Amino acid sequence: MRLQGSEDTNSDEGRSLGDAAETIRTKQLPGAGGSTRSLRRWASTDRHIGYLFVAPAVVALLAVTAFPLIYNIWNSFHTVQLANPSAGHGFSGLQNYKELFNEPGFTIDFVHTLFFTVVSVAIEIVIGLGIAIVISKAFRGRGLVRAAILVPWAVPTVVSAMLWKTMVDPQSGFVNYLLKTFHLPGSGITWSAETWTSWAVIIVSDAWKTIPLVAIILLAGLQVIPADVYEAAQVDGAGAWRRFRSITLPLLKPALMVALIFRTLGAFLVFDVVYILTGGGPGSSTETLGYLDWKAFLVDTDFGYGGAISISLIVVSLIIAFGYTRLFKPST
Amino acid sequence: MATITAPYEVRRLHLGAKHALRRAAFILINTMLVVSALFPFYWILATSMKTTNELNAGTTGIFPAHLTFQAYHQIFSELDFAQPLLNSVIVATSTMIVTVVLATFASYALARLDIRGRGVVLGFVLLAGFFPILAMVGPLFLVYRHIGLLNSYPGLVFAYLIYTLPLSVWLLTNYFRQIPKELDEAAMVDGASRLQVLRRVIAPVAAPSIFTAGIISFILAWNDFTFALCFESNPHYYTAPLAIVNLGQSQFQIFYNQIDAAVVVVTLPVALIVLVAQRRIMSGLTAGAIK
Repeated sequence: MRLQGSEDTNSDEGRSLGDAAETIRTKQLPGAGGSTRSLRRWASTDRHIGYLFVAPAVVALLAVTAFPLIYNIWNSFHTVQLANPSAGHGFSGLQNYKELFNEPGFTIDFVHTLFFTVVSVAIEIVIGLGIAIVISKAFRGRGLVRAAILVPWAVPTVVSAMLWKTMVDPQSGFVNYLLKTFHLPGSGITWSAETWTSWAVIIVSDAWKTIPLVAIILLAGLQVIPADVYEAAQVDGAGAWRRFRSITLPLLKPALMVALIFRTLGAFLVFDVVYILTGGGPGSSTETLGYLDWKAFLVDTDFGYGGAISISLIVVSLIIAFGYTRLFKPST
Repeated sequence: MATITAPYEVRRLHLGAKHALRRAAFILINTMLVVSALFPFYWILATSMKTTNELNAGTTGIFPAHLTFQAYHQIFSELDFAQPLLNSVIVATSTMIVTVVLATFASYALARLDIRGRGVVLGFVLLAGFFPILAMVGPLFLVYRHIGLLNSYPGLVFAYLIYTLPLSVWLLTNYFRQIPKELDEAAMVDGASRLQVLRRVIAPVAAPSIFTAGIISFILAWNDFTFALCFESNPHYYTAPLAIVNLGQSQFQIFYNQIDAAVVVVTLPVALIVLVAQRRIMSGLTAGAIK
């Protein structure tokens, strides 16, 4: 009996579910079918199919760029403090920007960031160019050298940072051991304790990881230069330096511009390597603007203030990119 | 005769010596490059196999005194490093798949289909690649908090598209343009739709390129630190890079053998990928850069 009963309820449920499905089907299918059909008809031309194909990627990219940009602008003119709900969510005008530009920490971090950008970009471009020239030559084992150089690019920032943190550790590191073995000064340094040595570790770690990318971009630029230009110059008696200055550098301009824009923006927005290696310390002596922005968002949860920093970062990035394209305008 | 051959011989000898010297210098430079790229890896490998006692005693040589896998055992059995590793695999693989699908469709349209605003779209995609990711963090955090995507995989995968989509779209668009149009046309004459052309004809032909976009996307997603730090506060959702930063530190001491064991584990997959696919990655990275 119980079995029978339960079967009954089951079939009842089954029926009512079936009925519901039927209602949905009869009610919605014509409409749904109609819209599918009209979509089919709309998407019968290549152009419309193209829009459908390109839309998901474009929408995704807009959602992670245009949306944050607009939301940041909005937030930067409002009070958005998660930790301080009593402050409300009102319009605050230029308050966040005023606060930011009057804050001495902002100016100091700006100087830190500029310093880091200039030094690391200079190092990366010079060494990257040297490496590109070396690995552009044909020699046995070139594939191996190229793969070895590429590995630092491919590893996470956490790895490149932790690896140099280990290397310079006073106790279990290698650098101090090397200095001591060769009786060089500095074998007793605690690298994380001083401002300048902390910067040195950040810069070395960052350069070590990003030089490969610079070298690869410049290598691609070198490979576009036809070999007979060099041969002709050599026949005319141009020395190696002369050939480098008069052929390589001018013809490498487009690749140099790409590498410079990539690295300058990357360095200007630096955050993760600083966070992992020094946490902005000692004190706040290695804090960068990226670090300041992260702190505003995630530590102080002040999204208006963080928005103001973000907008400043975006504006300076645009100025940098625009400056480079003007500097490298193909006039020569 | 002798007066002619003698200077010639002398000059050749001189050139030979100079050539040998330059060759030696070239080999030396290359050796230095390889050593400076790889020695730090050797050092973390060696450190990861030292005992804590040896680390505390200070560095006395290039080789560890005793090799031990103790640190590897500890990070997996005591510090639960398997979970973050699994999280990283899930997130990086998902990012790779989503990127490849989105980029393949978009690139096919950009390379082949006569859409309006193609230049604008390509320019926007290129520009998006330079968008400061820290400027994304705040707004996405607020939205994620609202819709429950903090401490989740999809939240990370979505954010990672900023790393992977611009490069992949450029790479694939450039590649699709090189495929002869006759291939599409022949298939369409046979009655294939655009979707079928893409799936049955173009995708197989472009498989090497799609593969390249995939592995670069995997590496970029695998390597992220910033988004994971900002969106994943629950250790259960830590990715491997984030876990490493929180690993092996006590109040009194940093256990470099444990940290470096984790570093080695995280490095291995990408090092293998690079060794196998070095040429593809290098050409892929420069696909959109030099035109």
